[in-house]
Amino acid sequence: MILPQLQELKEIEDKARTELAAVSDEEALESWRIAHLGRRSRLNIILRGLASLPIEERRQVGAAANRLRLELEEMLSQRQAQLREATVTAVVERGRLDVTLPGRPLAIGRLHPVTQALRDILAAFVSMGFQVFEGPEVEWDHYNFEAVRIPKDHPARDMWDTLWIDYVRNDEYPMLLRTHTSPMQIRVMEQMQPPVRIVSPGKCYRHEATDPTHEWMHTQVEGLAVDENISMADLKGTLYEFARRLFGRERRVRFRCDYFPFVEPGADMSIDCPLCDGQGCRACGNSGWIEILGAGMVHPEVLANVGYDAERYTGFAFGLGVERVAMLRHGIEDIRLFYANDLRFLEQF
Amino acid sequence: MKVPLKWLGEYVDINLPAQELARRLTMAGTEVDAILTTGREWEKISVAQVVGVSPHPNADRLRLATVELGGEQMTVVCGAPNVAPGQKVAFARLGAELIDGHSGQPTILKAAKIRGVESAGMVCSEKELGLSDSHEGILVLPEDAPVGMPLGQYLGDTILDLDVTPNRPDCLSVLGIAREVAALSGGSVREPPGDYQELGQPIKERVRVEIADRDLCPRYCAALIEGVQIGPSPPWMQERLVAAGVRPISNVVDITNYVMLEVGQPLHSFDFSLISDRKIIVRRARPGEVMVTLDGTDRPLNHDMLVIADAKEAVAVAGLMGGAASEVSENATAILLESANFNPASIRRTSTALKLRTDASARFEKGLNPELAMVAIRRAVRLMLELAGGRAAEGIIDVYPGKRRETRITVTQERLRRVLGLQLPTPQVRQTLVSLGFGCRWVPPDRYVVRVPYWRTDVHIPDDVAEELARIIGYGELPTTTLSGAIPPAQPQPSRELRERVRDILAAAGMQEVITYSLTNLESLAKVLPPEELSQRPPLRVTNPMSYQQEYLRTTLRASLLETLASNLRHAQRRIALFEVGRVYLPRPEELPHEVESLAGVGTGDQPDRWRQPRGEPVDLYDAKAYLELLFNRLGLAVSYHDSEDFALVPGRTAEVRLDGQRVGLVGQVHPRVAASFDIEQDVYLFEVNLETLVPQVGKPRLYQSLSRFPAVEEDIAIVVDEGVTAAQVQAIVEAFSLVQRAALFDVYTGPPVPAGKKSLAYAISYQSLDHTLTDAEVDRERRRILERLSREVGAVLRG
Repeated sequence: MILPQLQELKEIEDKARTELAAVSDEEALESWRIAHLGRRSRLNIILRGLASLPIEERRQVGAAANRLRLELEEMLSQRQAQLREATVTAVVERGRLDVTLPGRPLAIGRLHPVTQALRDILAAFVSMGFQVFEGPEVEWDHYNFEAVRIPKDHPARDMWDTLWIDYVRNDEYPMLLRTHTSPMQIRVMEQMQPPVRIVSPGKCYRHEATDPTHEWMHTQVEGLAVDENISMADLKGTLYEFARRLFGRERRVRFRCDYFPFVEPGADMSIDCPLCDGQGCRACGNSGWIEILGAGMVHPEVLANVGYDAERYTGFAFGLGVERVAMLRHGIEDIRLFYANDLRFLEQF
Repeated sequence: MKVPLKWLGEYVDINLPAQELARRLTMAGTEVDAILTTGREWEKISVAQVVGVSPHPNADRLRLATVELGGEQMTVVCGAPNVAPGQKVAFARLGAELIDGHSGQPTILKAAKIRGVESAGMVCSEKELGLSDSHEGILVLPEDAPVGMPLGQYLGDTILDLDVTPNRPDCLSVLGIAREVAALSGGSVREPPGDYQELGQPIKERVRVEIADRDLCPRYCAALIEGVQIGPSPPWMQERLVAAGVRPISNVVDITNYVMLEVGQPLHSFDFSLISDRKIIVRRARPGEVMVTLDGTDRPLNHDMLVIADAKEAVAVAGLMGGAASEVSENATAILLESANFNPASIRRTSTALKLRTDASARFEKGLNPELAMVAIRRAVRLMLELAGGRAAEGIIDVYPGKRRETRITVTQERLRRVLGLQLPTPQVRQTLVSLGFGCRWVPPDRYVVRVPYWRTDVHIPDDVAEELARIIGYGELPTTTLSGAIPPAQPQPSRELRERVRDILAAAGMQEVITYSLTNLESLAKVLPPEELSQRPPLRVTNPMSYQQEYLRTTLRASLLETLASNLRHAQRRIALFEVGRVYLPRPEELPHEVESLAGVGTGDQPDRWRQPRGEPVDLYDAKAYLELLFNRLGLAVSYHDSEDFALVPGRTAEVRLDGQRVGLVGQVHPRVAASFDIEQDVYLFEVNLETLVPQVGKPRLYQSLSRFPAVEEDIAIVVDEGVTAAQVQAIVEAFSLVQRAALFDVYTGPPVPAGKKSLAYAISYQSLDHTLTDAEVDRERRRILERLSREVGAVLRG
């Protein structure tokens, strides 16, 4: 014979299960808890009435009632978790955004493309042990020309059309806007003894009509390394490494003989055109090569001019145009864009 | 320098394709700018022979010429007076492209009836072929021209356009290039012949030459040819001159030009009958002396210029151009030929002073060897006798005060290795140098004695020899190594580091960097600088500016920055913030200018809203200040701002930036009058910082402030002060109290209930101690003291 209390527990359980299935929010769940687990719930009444039952019945009913209570509590907490999860999901669901809308405007500043190119050039050399030195843009004829073996009335002066400063001394104009950064070779060597390993960036000026490839103001980087036992092979290796760092490891370089009065032997370096990979295009004049810098072994007279022992020390020097590097990197075809400072141009970099 | 390959082939075998030849010349230092080909445009034109000429039935001045070309005969109408049977001519078929003889425009030859007679083509003049301007008659080709050969094949040529460096005047000659080609391709050079028969009187009896200024003329050679017949030079010479870019004139003049292009020595020919007293004097020009040169220009001369004179007057500007008075005309019969050497610097100075550059001066100024003068004059006399007839006088006058020793250089093996980075085998060194015309003797155990050929005026020292070796062997053949010596000790670069940090900070703050020109003009500077500053410290001026826009070195960045802003506002009405870090150039007496690293920024326009549209709130002084506050904060510099005035800024909206009492910058609103002068009609704010003054202050490490473990007490205090009292004054007073850990201004208010002329300032104050928890009593005491001091010093009243 089944005890009537057990029968009731069964009914309680069935009812609780049925009602719980219908609970859809936390409020209903609380009502369900009160109805089925509360002080006045039928289950609680059975539990409280256990004491008055005979021992054998008490044991049977007690076990079943306690089991049911644990079961209902477990059901409650599960349902509670389900409901909370559903609430959070609903909140998240309501909060969906169009992630493609733009962010709130934050002013975006940029460095000038020449500054960017210059920094990369200097960084490449600095990582090879070169230090950066800077000097004046307004120079004496002595530093710009005489000390680098370009005396007055020398035809090589034609290579540097000069803007002269209106300042007369001894019937001559001794002051000028430097036409190249090479005077820094002299200034640096006057200040320090070998070993020398420097790069010197800065603005230079030419008396030159502007066109897509010529600008009267431009930025150069001069390089100079002087020590015992520096040879053309070091010049080649250093500049080759530089070209690969700046233009990519796959770049090839070409050195050819060229003339600058302050170096001997003189050279220039070309890279295979990065725009057409050396196949020949408009940028490289169909040659596949683009000249990027002039270089050479420092002329012994230049070393002697600063009091170095030209027998003991040798060195190399080079000079490169920063705008040209920037033009190559970005495919810019008109050098005049750099100093026109049109934001539509500058904001592309 | 233009070098036609057919001409070049006379002195050296060319066994390389033009492209490869060009590549080798370029790699060895003489850059080939372009490879030009002539004759490609001569399609449908070929060599033909005139087999018959008959009168035109309907026109007196026209004739019918029958030409044969490869078994085919054609009859054309011809207007040229010089057409004759037996001639080899250039014949154009219908459809050929020619230059119209009258208009000079390209035209396609079409079938036409001329006075009733059908013409099957055309016998061409030089002009119609684009060879020259000559249109008087047809071009008559040499007798050995092969009939039927396309004209392009027969007359066409490949021309190398060379960019010769200033150290290589020898390469301004076809022979010089031939020497390069020989060395680069393993060939040998055939020198042009210079021998001839001397049938005339001894020249010493006919001419006297005297060099008065020996320093300016190391050598003067003169030859005399009498009985010459002036006329056109032969077609082959004209073709070569044209291909090299020189206009043919007459046989005598063409020969001097030809020899100059051939061997590199400029020559000059005088009509001997016009040389007064048969005497040549090489002297400095007399003060006030004027001469008319061949180009018909009056040339005022001075004592620094060298002239060639006869007994009476100057007949040529030495090394530049002859005089019109002694020009060789078609009536000349006696030619005095000059082949001289002049001081290069003097030629260059004269050329610059007269603004006259000629093919001759371009060679002389680069320094020719006097030895070349004799080689050239012999070659020219030979050609004169060949092409203009006459008799050469016996001997050549040779006044040679500047004879030089042959250059010999001792080059050690060690030096070559040190410069080139590799040890060249002795046979290779010798063979390479010999291929260039050098002499080379190996002197055991370790050196060479190198003899420099006379035409190489650029080789003086062992490193020059190293270059010769490297450029012929190829720079690509030298090894490639990395620097192996010690890295020099690092030198601090505070100025550069500061500048680059400033750039990074301002770009990160949203400003765009610009770089503007260093040269400007007085008008622009006057817009932004007070007149007294410009007059007391005038900027440096360029004597030869390219335009008046770029005549003065800037003493401020303001003007160019405002110009850049204005030009950008023309196509973008939006918020713009620009900065520049650059130098300004402050003149100093007798010294290079002080180049001051400066920073300036300008900002204008509306703040953008959520959708990047103007929010209707234009930027103001505090936006401009924000950049400076960020900058100085990041640089770790405590600056203060003080009311100030400036020519270009609005009074009352201008602040001076001070660091340790020293002025380091300025910020303010650009005066509307100034803005308008740049065509800017909106509010613009500007800041400037002298970076140089900051250098000693930056880079010091910031000292750490310990963090309190004890709680802070936060409270807000509002005070009322006179409007003239600045926030900075109040801030300084409050922050001076030791328990005040932080005081942040959060409201500035004027208007009721605050009385007129007063303002309310509200501060959030945080009290904190490093060593204990503050009690209410302590905070109360501190607050009371603060208020007392504010009351005493700035008349502040606690706002109720």
